[in-house]
Amino acid sequence: MSLTHYLVLAAILFAIGATTVLLRRNAIIVFMGVELMLNSTNLLLVTFSRMHGNLSGQVLAFFVMVVAAAEVVVGLAIIVTIFRTRRSASVDDVNLLKS
Amino acid sequence: MHTLISLTAPALAPTVTPVMTTAWDGAQAALWLVALPLLSAAVLLLLGRRADRWGHWLGVLASAGAFVVGLVLLIGLLGRPAAERVQDVDLGTWLDAGALSIDAGLRVDPLSLTFVLLVTFVGTLIHVYSVAYMEHDAARRRFFAYLNLFVAAMLLLVLADSYVLLFVGWEGVGLASYLLIGFWNHHTPYAVAAKKAFVANRIGDVGLLVAMGLMFATFGNLDFASVDAGVAGASEGTLTAIGLALLLAACGKSAQFPLQSWLGDAMAGPTPVSALIHAATMVTAGVYLIIRSGVIFAAAPTAQLVVAIVGAITLLFGAIVGCAKDDIKKALAASTMSQIGYMVLAAGLGPIGYAFAIFHLVTHGFFKAGMFLGAGSVMHGMDDQVDMRRFGGLGRYMKITYFTFMAGWLAILGIPPFAGFFSKDKIIEAAFVPVDGQPWRAWVFGAVALVGAGVTAFYMSRLFFMTFEGQKRWSRTRDGGEQHPHESPALMTWPMIVLAVGSVGLGWVLSSVGFVEWLEPSVGHAEHADPVLAVPLIIGLTLLAVGLGLVLAWRRYAVSTVPVTPPVGTVLTRAARVDLYQDAVNDALLVEPGQYLTRSLVYGDKAVVDGAVTGLGRTTVGLGDLVRRVQNGYARSYAAVMVVGVVVLAFVVLAARG
Repeated sequence: MSLTHYLVLAAILFAIGATTVLLRRNAIIVFMGVELMLNSTNLLLVTFSRMHGNLSGQVLAFFVMVVAAAEVVVGLAIIVTIFRTRRSASVDDVNLLKS
Repeated sequence: MHTLISLTAPALAPTVTPVMTTAWDGAQAALWLVALPLLSAAVLLLLGRRADRWGHWLGVLASAGAFVVGLVLLIGLLGRPAAERVQDVDLGTWLDAGALSIDAGLRVDPLSLTFVLLVTFVGTLIHVYSVAYMEHDAARRRFFAYLNLFVAAMLLLVLADSYVLLFVGWEGVGLASYLLIGFWNHHTPYAVAAKKAFVANRIGDVGLLVAMGLMFATFGNLDFASVDAGVAGASEGTLTAIGLALLLAACGKSAQFPLQSWLGDAMAGPTPVSALIHAATMVTAGVYLIIRSGVIFAAAPTAQLVVAIVGAITLLFGAIVGCAKDDIKKALAASTMSQIGYMVLAAGLGPIGYAFAIFHLVTHGFFKAGMFLGAGSVMHGMDDQVDMRRFGGLGRYMKITYFTFMAGWLAILGIPPFAGFFSKDKIIEAAFVPVDGQPWRAWVFGAVALVGAGVTAFYMSRLFFMTFEGQKRWSRTRDGGEQHPHESPALMTWPMIVLAVGSVGLGWVLSSVGFVEWLEPSVGHAEHADPVLAVPLIIGLTLLAVGLGLVLAWRRYAVSTVPVTPPVGTVLTRAARVDLYQDAVNDALLVEPGQYLTRSLVYGDKAVVDGAVTGLGRTTVGLGDLVRRVQNGYARSYAAVMVVGVVVLAFVVLAARG
């Protein structure tokens, strides 16, 4: 398993996550896409950490997880509130800021 | 405060003008000449309707008071030797700005005092006449306020001792004439006539402003004393330029060619206004300006020649126009233009003509005012009819008007011993005197003045006969009734009688008391010079021309029947009826190009200036519209933009690093 494999896998995951964010309307699925992108970067951090024999990459990955968890909590709370008021979790319905 | 202090101080600068030797404190009274009518005008205008009941009498009183002050000054001046008859009254510093320091002051001398007495005497009579003439006008008080303003401005004009203060009076006269010509401005053509007079006068005012600028640049100051002293050191080119600019100013105010077109239309004002404008104030101002600036013209022979040429042209122009006008007031207006032409011609002859120009101005002031008031009286009796073809035979119904008008008529004809003979004949004689040894000038100007006298006799007799002699050609009154011509009330006839007495005797009286010598301290002494023809021959020829014109007019307008509708007439008649196409020429040369220019400027302003500003705004709005489309509110499209942006940035960074 060379470095390239990890990089390609991370790129693929990131691309899938980004595509999910751009294409899906359901806010929860969009959230999952965001998580996927975060985790693909985590994979890269860990990979480079192993390659360089330096632990700071792994530490950073933990930070990312913690922040992601916090973000998910807040994000899900917002999504639930929106769903309660508008009976929909579609991202495209939430365009009130436009005008 | 400063003014008040310096009023009490002995105020003269004897070193500047050699004529002035000692100050005469009595001359301070000249301030009241301007102040009285001005105060009265202010009171009448400020009190408004509260002064309606007695306002006109206050106006008469102010004007008469000014005349009394003038008389007192006259007696004072006569009591002094001729060398001390030029008195300057200092009113303190007026404008003080760096290099420009101008004192306000009045000059009391024979010239200004002659004008003062003419303006206040004739002006007072016209005031009295107006009391009756304007009786049924609701705005009579306002009318008298304007009349007083007119008189005050004219007095300031002739009393000022510097061109700047003169300019104040000059503009005041222009303003008052505008207000009075357009007094019945609810009638649009009258308002337009007032505007026309104002605009034509503005053109002249530009001339005066240019002249003042040149004078300040050349002499460093604008009072008469400094200008007189500085002329010797100035170049002839500069003086010619100043002289021509002054002539332009005089042309505007005195209705001389080519700025004369406003005078005929100025008949829109009430008749006493016409009398005031034509006899005492306004049109005489140009003659005054030229004679007051005599020192400049003496040093600029070219400018002086142009003055004489303008006078000669206007003299004939007005006379020809006068022959064709059927409106009694317009015919009188054309005659004023022609007579002022005589004065300007005389003023263009140099010192030899100055005194005669003023002499004719004074006698003309009397007989022209008398005739205008007579015309007003005729209109009063004929239900405001002005068409002379609708008069005829009025002499039997309005005896006083008839005889007073006859005095004015004989005076303007120059029949001895009426006033006009003494003044106009002198001008014709002076025109025959060769200037600078150039006999062609004597022949040309003399012939023009002589022919003018004949044409004057024709059109003035035509006016007189068509109005007072011949058969009745009366139309119905405006409400369809019969015309009942009647004599005017005493308040109107008495001023006419006084003016008629002046028209009869003033010429003889003034020439026998030495009017010309009285003016010498102001206008200078003229050496006697022989005309190219013998004097009795000139007088004979003049009387012959006058007689010819008179007989011709008698045969055509008194003996034979005058058609009620004007006949088609010759080419010249048709041209004269429309002021020799002066209005058409002005329209084609100035008015229409001017309007075209303003229209294109307005268009240019809209297209270029406004276009740039609104275009900038519209572009910004359009750009905003485009950018706004991006802000569609969909989170996913924002995210897409972010992703694309990051990818593009990544590529750019990678490409930059190679």
